[in-house]
Amino acid sequence: MTIGVLWIPLVLLAATSYLLGRKRAVQAASTGVRLHSRPTYYGTYVALWCLLPAVGVAALWIALEPWVLTHLIVRDLPDSYRHLPPDRLGLVLNDVKNLATGAMVSGEPDAALRAAADHYRSLRSLGASAMVVACFSLALLGLFWSIRRVRADFRARNQVERVIRGFLILSATLAVFTTVGIVLSVLFEALRFFRAVPPWEFFFGLQWSPQMAIRADQVGSSGAFGMIPVFTGTMLISAIAMGLAVPVGLFSAIYLSEYASRAVRAVVKPLLEILAGVPTVVYGFFAALTVGPTIRHMGEWLGLEVASESALAAGLVMGIMIIPFISSLSDDVINAVPQDLRDGSLALGATRSETIRQVVLPAALPGIMGGVLLGVSRAIGETMIVVMAAGLSANLTMNPLQAVTTVTVQIVTLLVGDQEFDSPKTLAAFALGLVLFLVTLVLNVISLAVVRRYREQYE
Amino acid sequence: MTTVGEIRAANPRMTCRQVNVYYGDKHAIKNVSIDIGRNEVLAMIGPSGCGKSTFLRCLNRMNDTIEGCRVTGTITLDGQDIYDPDLDVVLLRAQVGMVFQKPNPFPKSIYDNIAYGPKIHGLARTRSELDQIVETSLQKAGLWDEVKDRLKHPGTGLSGGQQQRLCIARAIAVSPEVILMDEPCSALDPIATARIEDLIHELREQYTIVIVTHSMQQAARVSQRTAFFHMGDLIEVGPTDRIFTRPRHSLTEDYITGRFG
Ligand SMILES: Nc1ncnc2c1ncn2[C@@H]1O[C@H](COP(=O)(O)OP(=O)(O)OP(=O)(O)O)[C@@H](O)[C@H]1O
Ligand SMILES: [Mg+2]
Repeated sequence: MTIGVLWIPLVLLAATSYLLGRKRAVQAASTGVRLHSRPTYYGTYVALWCLLPAVGVAALWIALEPWVLTHLIVRDLPDSYRHLPPDRLGLVLNDVKNLATGAMVSGEPDAALRAAADHYRSLRSLGASAMVVACFSLALLGLFWSIRRVRADFRARNQVERVIRGFLILSATLAVFTTVGIVLSVLFEALRFFRAVPPWEFFFGLQWSPQMAIRADQVGSSGAFGMIPVFTGTMLISAIAMGLAVPVGLFSAIYLSEYASRAVRAVVKPLLEILAGVPTVVYGFFAALTVGPTIRHMGEWLGLEVASESALAAGLVMGIMIIPFISSLSDDVINAVPQDLRDGSLALGATRSETIRQVVLPAALPGIMGGVLLGVSRAIGETMIVVMAAGLSANLTMNPLQAVTTVTVQIVTLLVGDQEFDSPKTLAAFALGLVLFLVTLVLNVISLAVVRRYREQYE
Repeated sequence: MTTVGEIRAANPRMTCRQVNVYYGDKHAIKNVSIDIGRNEVLAMIGPSGCGKSTFLRCLNRMNDTIEGCRVTGTITLDGQDIYDPDLDVVLLRAQVGMVFQKPNPFPKSIYDNIAYGPKIHGLARTRSELDQIVETSLQKAGLWDEVKDRLKHPGTGLSGGQQQRLCIARAIAVSPEVILMDEPCSALDPIATARIEDLIHELREQYTIVIVTHSMQQAARVSQRTAFFHMGDLIEVGPTDRIFTRPRHSLTEDYITGRFG
């Protein structure tokens, strides 16, 4: 019996214990005493006691098993193996495990390895059986212990709610720890990068060409890791995108929520939301094959020099992609502004547009800011459209008609393909990631502060 | 159905003739005719859902904002048909102000709440004129002493009764001729209610007031004339003291003696 199917009887047992607990509570109440909690809480309480310790032990076993088994096997291996360097020993252990499961093995196994494999196999099955026995004994123990506590005055609801709160806290900390983990790993890799490339060169350098030669005598043996051009590219494209998306999104939200009849709204709103569902690759080739050439032709016609891959094309298409985020969110918050406020303004003789500008929009501003911020983070994080429409060349320019590149695109190109994971070239990706993270963090903090100040003023 | 009592007023500011209101297919106001006299307080009473708010909203065309709402008949303000297509509804609403059941101050400062209307209609040329309008409006609404030191504070931070007086001040600030009040005290405690009733007494000297109320005592205290609505019909109109002492229609009598509604 493998651990995988263990949960079926366990769940059945928990279900039974739920029923038992509830029944016992009902019986306790039948004598005329008032139950402290509703019977389902007693059932849940017993089921939790049946399930949680057993699951805990199983989880512990799954986490510790490989380590314990390896330790035991290594102890019994002949000395010739035991004194191998760690990486060779790892290979040997792999062989042992493969032998035990009957998979392919490198080379012809000797008697010692075969013995170890048998040992491993028996240990494993022993461990599994022990775990199953432990699990079920604990489940039964929990069941009997907790069901004896079910009495009319027992506070089952409070107990169950404590467990629920524990779960909630666990989930919350899990999310926090994941974030912290990601930040720390990015941070440490970035620090390694800064050991190879001085920080000031990275933060203030105007040159970005991350070529590191493998041999010192190769051409271009020293790369340039100045993030300014890459960062300017991100800022330029995001600014173009937001310049399109904020007004268009906001105006369409105002139209939809304040002016459109119900019929128009029913058609237009879903259409706008379809835009949000288009994969970014599709936007990418729309930008590269349609918008880019169109802009170039128009530029030629006006006598302007336009690169075939331009920041403008990528930014505009990215803006189109972001419109539905802003319009949909703003539409929701504008609709959430109480009708009372509109009526109050209209009853004073304000026109519809005065009402929108001076009463509705200020009241909806925090929510609209939220939508815009979401749009900004989408713009900064967007990669595919830029790869396809804005190119890869790290030009330091504010001219939207030239090709630029962005932080995210550079991260992708640095990490795609076979790379050594300790060359400055790959580590640079982590430094860029760190900067990106800091920028979005600062943006969030700023907008929160703006919203809070606004709230303090008006609420 | 004909209305019992005298629908005419000696010196009418507004006249309503054969007014019908439909919400889609629903006939919410049926053939109502009534005058609203100058410097009088007209109270509208009746069971819930009888159409008091609907009729009140006809008087400043707030029904225009409701999708599917249709109004027929004639309503005039100082002899001018307010449903005339040439009439600017924005100007009408500046002349006929409204106070709502639930206080609805804007999420702005106390000062900006009052200054909002005058700014829109260009009533003040200078900052000091605007200050003056704000001060007199708040004084008329009996709120000045309580808020004069915190005009920059948010209007939503006031108590419910203060908020309602702020809304009255806001309506006064655009110098309307008529003020419509839809259950202005229903969210307030007795003390705040008494203050607003005092206020209505004072305002009567300058304005014409129509007030919807569920409280018979309030109608008796503040109004000179009372109109009783029932299921979209205007059942009876007359001087308030007469309506409450000698109602002529049996429905009116049932309502004011508390037998239904
Ligand atoms: N926007 C609307 N759409 C459709 N029907 C409405 C609408 N507003 C009101 N009605 C209907 O019109 C009738 C009159 O409503 P109104 O709000 O005028 O009543 P009321 O006398 O003010 O009641 P209350 O004392 O409860 O405020 C009711 O039957 C109501 O259901
Ligand atoms: Mg009403």
